[in-house]
Amino acid sequence: MATAPLDLTGRSQTADRTFRWVAIMAGLVVLVVLGLIAITMSTRAWPAFRDEGWSFFTSNEWAPAEGRFGGLAFIYGTVVSSAIALVLAVPVSIGIALFITQVVPARVRKPFVYVVDLLAVIPSVVFGLWGISIFAPWIKDRYDTVADAVDGVPVLESLFGQGSGRSFFTAGVILAIMITPIISSLAREVIDTTPPGEMEAAYGLGATRWEMIRGAVFPHAKGGLVGAVMLGLGRAMGETIAVALVIGSSAQVTANLFASGDSMPSVIANQWGEADGTFKAALIGLAVTLFVMTIVVNMAASAIVERSMRKSRGA
Amino acid sequence: MATVPHPVPAVRERPIDRSAARSWRHVKSQLMAVVLGLCFAAVCIPLVLVLWSVVVRGLEVMSWEFLTTDIAASDRRAEGGVGPAIIGTVQATGLATLLAVPLGVLGAIYLHEYGRSGALARVVRFMATVMSGVPSIVMGLFVYVMWTLTFGLSAFGAGIALGCLMLPVVIRSTEEMLRLVPDQLREGALALGTTKSRTIVTVVLPAALPGIVSGCLLAVARAAGETAPLIFTIGAAKALNVWPFSGANTALPREIYSNASSTFDTAQGRGWGAALTLIVIAFVFTLFARLVSARFALKR
Repeated sequence: MATAPLDLTGRSQTADRTFRWVAIMAGLVVLVVLGLIAITMSTRAWPAFRDEGWSFFTSNEWAPAEGRFGGLAFIYGTVVSSAIALVLAVPVSIGIALFITQVVPARVRKPFVYVVDLLAVIPSVVFGLWGISIFAPWIKDRYDTVADAVDGVPVLESLFGQGSGRSFFTAGVILAIMITPIISSLAREVIDTTPPGEMEAAYGLGATRWEMIRGAVFPHAKGGLVGAVMLGLGRAMGETIAVALVIGSSAQVTANLFASGDSMPSVIANQWGEADGTFKAALIGLAVTLFVMTIVVNMAASAIVERSMRKSRGA
Repeated sequence: MATVPHPVPAVRERPIDRSAARSWRHVKSQLMAVVLGLCFAAVCIPLVLVLWSVVVRGLEVMSWEFLTTDIAASDRRAEGGVGPAIIGTVQATGLATLLAVPLGVLGAIYLHEYGRSGALARVVRFMATVMSGVPSIVMGLFVYVMWTLTFGLSAFGAGIALGCLMLPVVIRSTEEMLRLVPDQLREGALALGTTKSRTIVTVVLPAALPGIVSGCLLAVARAAGETAPLIFTIGAAKALNVWPFSGANTALPREIYSNASSTFDTAQGRGWGAALTLIVIAFVFTLFARLVSARFALKR
């Protein structure tokens, strides 16, 4: 193939510089978008923050008709449903990551990875549809069984009371299914960075596989695993549609995990259609709150992951 | 009874004892392997259950007519399909791809080829990670405030929102792929007197192309299933709208969402049909991504 004659004239220099600037601009788009999100959303939400003050975060009274916008129940619902999701998903996800990296022979690893990734391909609205029309009706009777069983036991009694199929717990289960592939694929990456030398040293000392995992893999991967879990938490907090369909949409703060509740994203999605004026500002205010919460969680998570990765590279 | 046992076995008892203990340790290790396997099995259960219901219930309503006719005017009606929603999904994700892929690839080129580990590049890289964690509903509201309030509902608005969600994913996967291109290729091209931009366009990008394409296809598959941003930006049209830049439109996830919360069996059926259509679309894109990256994999 004939190449063009060497061209060191001004034109190609200009092209070179232009290309560089275009690339920089493209990189800056990320900063611009994030900045715009923060500024425009806060401006739009300002009327609600101004009218409500701190009670926007501390009051439980959400009465759009009377102009009262206390978002505590939604913040509570987001935190509780995400916490349930983490409790269910974290052990299973780390178990899957260990199974795929340490137990399954390296040659047949791929299919197992694909199966878990398949779960991440299913859109969240499909989980919501499945949750509302199949899972919630099925699990309602199970909730009643559990509630009857723990009736009279001090703490459990208040946590697992009589409830409905659409509840904090149902939302937590659906969220757990959705964040498992995310946490487990990150955990797999972290576990894969364990230096083979340390693993072989553990085996050399006569450790069994499980002892090797506890002695060599866990201490090494701890930081990265915490980061992976927090990224999963960020995803769970922001998930909208699946939660909106299965959490039950009732603004209440209760210890009963089997009761209906609501979360920040789901109330925005459910009430947006009928909102106007300050009501809309209040919903955008909830979005700003959610934005700040997820940003904090994600920043902390990526800082932790980066630090542990750097440490493991440096070691 | 001629030979009295020598004291040696008593001394040897330790090693025997130890092997007994060791066997418990091995049993424990095996048990834990089984537990880890059960974790994997546990995740397969919801996967199979969800896919099973979507396929079985979706096939009940699936037909050529379902895929092509307009959306029923009322939830109660039995007829009607998801034709406009399929077209709307194609428009919105197509526009999102047109916005996010060039920007994302250029951004990644900046990060890996120019910025490297400079201060600005580190900030951009960190912010891209942060942006990938922004909840999709926040992105939807953002686009509503920035675009829809002024220009009204349209597939293009939804495309902007989905594009914003895709952008950090494309940046991240593209940068990963650029990192796999050996530096010798760049040095070889530069040594021949090529400018840096030509090196990137004619040497680096072609080498990384399969990986970039595969990453973009995965991002498209994710974006096609996003629902929350559409609530504010695309509207809920019942009829086909071929012009993506103005007028209310609709999309598959939007239809699944509104049908899922309906109490009518006919609407629920349409929801499952739309879910099957959407999952098939997402799986096809994911499969393509896998094929592309498996077929032209860069050696790590």
